[in-house]
Amino acid sequence: MNRITKIMAIIALAMTVPQGCSNNSNDGTAAKKGGAINKSSAAEKVYVAPGEYDEFYAFMSGGFSGQISVYGLPSGRLLKVVPVFSVDGEKGYGFNEETKPLLETTHGFIPWDDAHHPELSQTNGKPDGKYIFINGNNTPRVARIDLTTFETAEIIELPNAGGNHSSPFTTENSEYVVAGTRFSVPIPQTDMSIAEYKGKFKGSLSFISVDPEHGHMDIDFQVLMPGYDYDLAHGGKGKSHGWMFFTTYNTEESHTLKEVNASQNDKDYIAAINWKKAQEYIQQGKFKEMDSEYLINRYDENKHMAESIKKNKVRVLDPTECPGVVYFLPTPKSPHGVDVDPTGSYIIGNGKLNANLTVHSFDKMIQAIENESFAGEAYGIPVLNFEDVVAGTVESGGLGPLHTEFDGQGNAYTTFFISSEVVKWKLGTWEVLDRIPTYYSVGHLMIPGGDSKEPWGKYMVALNKITKDRYLPTGPELAHSAQLYDITGDKMELILDFPTIGEPHYAQAIAADLIVPNSKKIYSLEENTHPHATKSESETRVEKNGNEVHIYMTTIRSHFAPDNVEGIEVGDKVYFHVTNLEQDWDVPHGFSVMGAQTAELLIMPGQTETLLWEPKKPGVIPFYCTDFCSALHQEMQGYLRVSAKGQAPAVTATTGE
Amino acid sequence: MKSIPRVLAIIAVACLLMLFFFPLWEITLIAPQYPDGITMYIWINQITGDSPGTLQNINILNHYVGMKMIEPDSIPELTYFPWVVGALGVFGIIAAIANKSWLYLTWALIFLVLGALGIYDFYLWEYDYGHNLSPMAPIKVPGQSYQPPLFGSKMLLNFNAKSYPGIGGIFTGVALFLSFVAFWLKMRFTKTSVRSTT
Repeated sequence: MNRITKIMAIIALAMTVPQGCSNNSNDGTAAKKGGAINKSSAAEKVYVAPGEYDEFYAFMSGGFSGQISVYGLPSGRLLKVVPVFSVDGEKGYGFNEETKPLLETTHGFIPWDDAHHPELSQTNGKPDGKYIFINGNNTPRVARIDLTTFETAEIIELPNAGGNHSSPFTTENSEYVVAGTRFSVPIPQTDMSIAEYKGKFKGSLSFISVDPEHGHMDIDFQVLMPGYDYDLAHGGKGKSHGWMFFTTYNTEESHTLKEVNASQNDKDYIAAINWKKAQEYIQQGKFKEMDSEYLINRYDENKHMAESIKKNKVRVLDPTECPGVVYFLPTPKSPHGVDVDPTGSYIIGNGKLNANLTVHSFDKMIQAIENESFAGEAYGIPVLNFEDVVAGTVESGGLGPLHTEFDGQGNAYTTFFISSEVVKWKLGTWEVLDRIPTYYSVGHLMIPGGDSKEPWGKYMVALNKITKDRYLPTGPELAHSAQLYDITGDKMELILDFPTIGEPHYAQAIAADLIVPNSKKIYSLEENTHPHATKSESETRVEKNGNEVHIYMTTIRSHFAPDNVEGIEVGDKVYFHVTNLEQDWDVPHGFSVMGAQTAELLIMPGQTETLLWEPKKPGVIPFYCTDFCSALHQEMQGYLRVSAKGQAPAVTATTGE
Repeated sequence: MKSIPRVLAIIAVACLLMLFFFPLWEITLIAPQYPDGITMYIWINQITGDSPGTLQNINILNHYVGMKMIEPDSIPELTYFPWVVGALGVFGIIAAIANKSWLYLTWALIFLVLGALGIYDFYLWEYDYGHNLSPMAPIKVPGQSYQPPLFGSKMLLNFNAKSYPGIGGIFTGVALFLSFVAFWLKMRFTKTSVRSTT
């Protein structure tokens, strides 16, 4: 009897399962939300077993979060959020004394920016895993993140710029990362009527040199351009190495209601910059030195501290005085992304108000330049004939092309924002091979190494602008959404959805084995050269000079030294210089003080960080470790005695007495 | 053939002197939070680890249960062991030069006794670290001691402690074996030559 019941139950279950599925597709939910997905084979493709590693690191820009988030692919697991342009209380970034200088600008301290385009450093046209760069769009800056520590190592400010959007795209060996103004401005800045925009406002394209040994950035030169909007860029590679391509829109030079006024010209331009030629002019001294203030903020990994270096001049090239540096390639319909195929032969202009894609030929461009076959000029810059340079047009059938990446197998993948899809097409024949919907309205897409000479053409990630019903609802504000596609077959296949942080614009990914062996586990205490480092408990102390108090403190499982401090007065400026004496992987200690108007410190093994506290009233103030460090973490705490002004006892600092 | 004992004695001395280049013993602690384990290397003159922070990391773990800090400066053996090993090496060379079977035997026996004493001494240190616990220890487990095994592996709370000879220790074992073989062969050669002369 019992056995029969069991068998019946199994049969009943077997019958409900397929029924459940067909019910689902009958009401259309599954089809609408995922298209035709083979769930078990998709799950197998993205499943990374517990304890195993992902194949790729993906670096997603945070957009208006100002940060970079690091994901594993194909699992879509979040690995880290790297604070770059925005303060981050979680890590004390921009709150502790050591990282504050990273966010300094000529406008003062800025706690936020809008970060769009991560770009991995390259060697021989391939991502090398050393650094990732990202632009700050709002207050023009470029940051460099060190991939041995996954920390922001440097932020450079860009003078003579507004809206640093076409940035920070790299050359083949990261000789340069570039920065172009999306918003043209008076250069130099001046108080003038906005209506005088046309002809008076200028754009600038900055070529930021990257020191091959230390990665240090500086502005090598800027090219002064007409007052268009410089939207995106990509470096030439292989035969086109030595050139950088920027898209422009608003060649109408309108200053108001741009959604209409900047969409009038049938064609705008792709600006081709011969930076090797520009270097020659620089060497010949044919530049103008312009008074331009900007800051370079560098974090020293041994000092555990950032410093701001102020610069006052920048070298500027005027293309009308430097023939051969800039050419304009007419490109239809306000092109957005400009992408160069892995061979460096084709320059793709993604005309965002268009159905079709325009592909220019690098060889034809060189030929046209040699023939001096120009259609005219714009502000003294030669404009090539569209027919002379165009290699082909992709009749996509989509609408609103934005960005293209490549798989290294002769195929290109283009996002269409308006028709919300990715179209796969063939380089050379321009035929459309496949198309797949995205959910919803895809902006950038990313193939690991997809803008380099050798893409890892295995996955494609669509970075969508609209989320709507993809996940459980979270009120009016939703996370943005990314979709992962398997692109190894003839047909693209959607295999995973995952929410992302901020608004990822562009993203880049790299094979994990180029990063893993170099990833640091601890900072060596021996190599710590922080001026306020305390390298052993015997050196801990308090120094009081007038109302300035410096507490030299250490952390080790599971106590602070000192953990009782007396002699502090209301009105003192108290600096806690906390050194984490641990030398073991993944043993950070946190430090927080009741009432301190700042964030915690989160101190990695071997590191020193400083928290500034200005006590406001007398009493006994507790402090504690915020990162669960050990079995005795809850005991890792201490007290600070605050006395009224002039009432403090002698300074004492003790542990265990 | 007759020079074999002498050659073996020289090889034995060479093996013994490996103690100056490789650790005598190694103790590895394995726990889930330490997937690669933490390995401490005991040399005749120093204590090192698989990373510069190893000794500190072991001391941090040990302090929870009230074990003493392992401080190489406070272990006198680490200062005189190199001299003992050096002297044993010199003795071996003298035995090889003199090539007398009684000298080989004396050398081998001293070697054996010193080796046994060394292991006993190591046991005493382990016993002391494992049993002599601070009464102020934050974690006290009644009846639990933390003495790592002399040889083999043993669970100590959440840690699996493994204790095995290091490369230097293995060479020392080989050296001890060879010192007896040298004596044995020398004795045999002497007997046969005595027999053949009579």
